[in-house]
Amino acid sequence: MIAAVEPEGTGLADWAPGEAIVELRKLVVDYGVERRTRAVDGIDLTIRVGEIVGLAGESGCGKTTVGNAIMQILRPPARITGGGVFFRGEDLAQRSRARLRRYRWQNVSMVFQSAMNALNPVTRVSEQFVDMMRAHERISRRDAEDRAGDLLELVGIDRRRIRAFPHELSGGMRQRVIIAMALALEPEVVIMDEPTTALDVVVQREILQQVQDLQRKLGFAVLFITHDLSLLIEFAHRIAIMYAGEIVESAPAATLHSNPQHPYTRGLMASFPPLTGPMERLVGIPGSPPDLADPPAGCRFHPRCPLCVPGGDAYLRQTTERPALRRVEAGHDVACHLAGGAA
Amino acid sequence: MSEAALEVRGLSKRFPVSTGVRGRRRYVHAVDDVSFTLRRGRVTALVGESGSGKSTVARLLVRLYAPTSGTILFGDRDVARDRSRRDIVRYRSQVQMIFQDPFGSLNPAKTIRHHVERPLRIHEVVRPGETDNRVHELLRTVGLVPPEHVAAKYPHQLSGGQRQRVAIARTLAVEPTVLLADEPTSMLDVSIRIGILNLMLKLKEERRIAFLYVTHDLASARYVADDLLVMYAGQLVEQGPVEQVLAKPLHPYTQLLLSAVPDPGTGLAAKRVEVQKGHASSAVDPPEGCRFVSRCPLAIDVCSRVTPPLVEAAPGQSARCHVNAPAPAVFATAS
Repeated sequence: MIAAVEPEGTGLADWAPGEAIVELRKLVVDYGVERRTRAVDGIDLTIRVGEIVGLAGESGCGKTTVGNAIMQILRPPARITGGGVFFRGEDLAQRSRARLRRYRWQNVSMVFQSAMNALNPVTRVSEQFVDMMRAHERISRRDAEDRAGDLLELVGIDRRRIRAFPHELSGGMRQRVIIAMALALEPEVVIMDEPTTALDVVVQREILQQVQDLQRKLGFAVLFITHDLSLLIEFAHRIAIMYAGEIVESAPAATLHSNPQHPYTRGLMASFPPLTGPMERLVGIPGSPPDLADPPAGCRFHPRCPLCVPGGDAYLRQTTERPALRRVEAGHDVACHLAGGAA
Repeated sequence: MSEAALEVRGLSKRFPVSTGVRGRRRYVHAVDDVSFTLRRGRVTALVGESGSGKSTVARLLVRLYAPTSGTILFGDRDVARDRSRRDIVRYRSQVQMIFQDPFGSLNPAKTIRHHVERPLRIHEVVRPGETDNRVHELLRTVGLVPPEHVAAKYPHQLSGGQRQRVAIARTLAVEPTVLLADEPTSMLDVSIRIGILNLMLKLKEERRIAFLYVTHDLASARYVADDLLVMYAGQLVEQGPVEQVLAKPLHPYTQLLLSAVPDPGTGLAAKRVEVQKGHASSAVDPPEGCRFVSRCPLAIDVCSRVTPPLVEAAPGQSARCHVNAPAPAVFATAS
C-alpha cells in the first residue's frame, strides 16, 4: 500500500517551497539533422518537493519536449545539445541505461496526453499494471494485482474494474487509470502532459480535484503541461510561460494572474473570454507562433508584440537582442526588454 | 426580434444499433425532440458534453443526416422532407457548415483558390469571368491578405487559424443566410481562437448571418452568442438569452457545467465542486424519466418516473426540470 504522508501545509496560502528535486539548467533540445529545429532553447526550470509547477504555452512552443527531456525519453532525431537535466543535483546524462531505467517511473513518472491511446486496447487493465510493476521490481503477480486494486481505489475506481478492457471504461476513468499507473511506484515527480484536454469540463474538474487531493496526501511534485492558462491559475503554485522554445515569464500563480508582465502572457490572458463580469471585445494576439527552424532575430515575440513599434525607443534592441529572464519582484522573472520599467 | 432564418420543431434522430432478442431493433436516441429557432443577425450557442448530440444536431440541419422525425422549416419549406439531390444542393446554397478540423477539411493537393472557387462554380454564384475577383474579395473578408498571394498557396503552407479562415471563406462563397459552426476553434491555438470568434461576430453584424455555434466552452459561448441552448443526453435541457441563463441557470446540469469551468481568481480549493457519481440514462432506448436523475442533487421522486417537459420558468428561459421549472399539470396530479 502507498504510504500516506501526513498532509502538512496543505492550503495554497501556507505552501512554502521545499528543496529542488528536478532542475533544468540551460537545457537545449534540437530536432533534425539537416534542417535543425531548436525546440527548447536554454531553459532553466526547478521543480521542488511537493510543488505543482505549471508549464503553459501554445502548440509547438516546446512544452512537451521539456516533459520528454525530464523523463529522459527523447529519441533521435531529438537530442539534448546543451545544458542538462539534474535529478537531486546529479546530471542524468552521466547515468547508465540501467540506472536511467530505474529513474523513469520510480523517481519521475509521466501521464501522457490522451488517455484513449496510452492504454493497450487488447489487454485487461490488470495485465498492464502487472507488466509495469514487474518491469521495475521483483513482485509476484498476485501482489502486483493487489496493489493495482489499491491504486484504482486511490483514484476513485472500484477495484473490481481491474478486469476491464480499456474500451469498457469511460474517457475519464481511463485517464484515472493512467494516473494510478503513474503513481504506482511512488515517484517524487509526476509529469502531466495535457492530462485533461480531451475530457469534458465536468470530468476535468473531477480529475483535477482528485490529483490535488492525492498530491497533498502523498506529497509528490507535479509538472503540469497545458495550453489552458486559466486552468493553471487555479491549480498550480507556480507557472512558467513558454514561447518559441524559451521561458518568457515565471511567477507564483497568484502573481501571474494579478500582475502579468510579458506582453505574450498578457495576450494569452486576453484570449480567454471571462465567464462572469463585464464583457468587452478581445483582441487575442495577432499573427501566429514562429517556425522554430527559423525563429525571428532579437526577441522572438517581437513580430507579434504590441509594444514593439518601428521607431520606438527600444525597437533596435527588440529586433536584434534576445532578452534574458530578469527578476522584477520576488519570485517573478520576465524576459522582456521593457519589463519592470527598464527600457 | 429579427426574422427567423431556420425553425427546428421536434427534431429527432435515432441510429439503429443491434438487433435485440427476438429481432427487436434497438436505437440510440442521439437527438430527441429538439426545437429552437435561428434568427438573422444572431448567434445561438449549443453547448453540451461529448456524446450529448450537439454535433448531430448541426449535421441534421445541414442535411448530412436525414432526420428520423421533426421539421426543419427554411422559409416556408420543410427541408427535413427533402430527398432529391437537387433540393438538398439548393438548400445547402443557403445553409453552410464550418467543421472542427481545418487540417482535415481542406484537400492538401489543391490550392486555396481551388477551395474557394469550387462552391462558386457548383452553385453558379458568379459568371466564370468574375470568379477570380470574387475569390479575392472572399479571402479579404475573412482577413487573409494579400488575397492574390494567399490564393496561390497550398493548405500546408498556412497555419491552423488561417486554414479555418479559408474554410469560412469557402462557406461564404454561396452567400449563405445560415452558418453552422461545429467547434470551429477547438483545434486552434489559444492565441488565435479569439480571431475566429471575432470574425463570426463581424459576419453576424455585417451580413446578418444566423449562426449556430456548437461548442463545449461556455466562456466562448458567452462571448459570441445571444442565445444559449444546453443539451444533455440528446435533449435540450435549458434554453434562453445567454447572459440570463449564465447568471441564473435553472437546470442542475447547466449549474454543474458552469461551476466546473476554470475561473481564474478562485482557487480550486475555494471552489470545490461536488460531482455526483452516476451517468446519463442509457442512450439506447432510454427509459422514461429525467436523463440527468442519477447525477442530480435535487432529484425528487417524480424525476425517475416522468420525463420533465421544457417549461418556460422565467421570461424567455425554459428548462426541463421538475424542481426548478415545474410544469403546472404535473404538480396538479401529484398533489
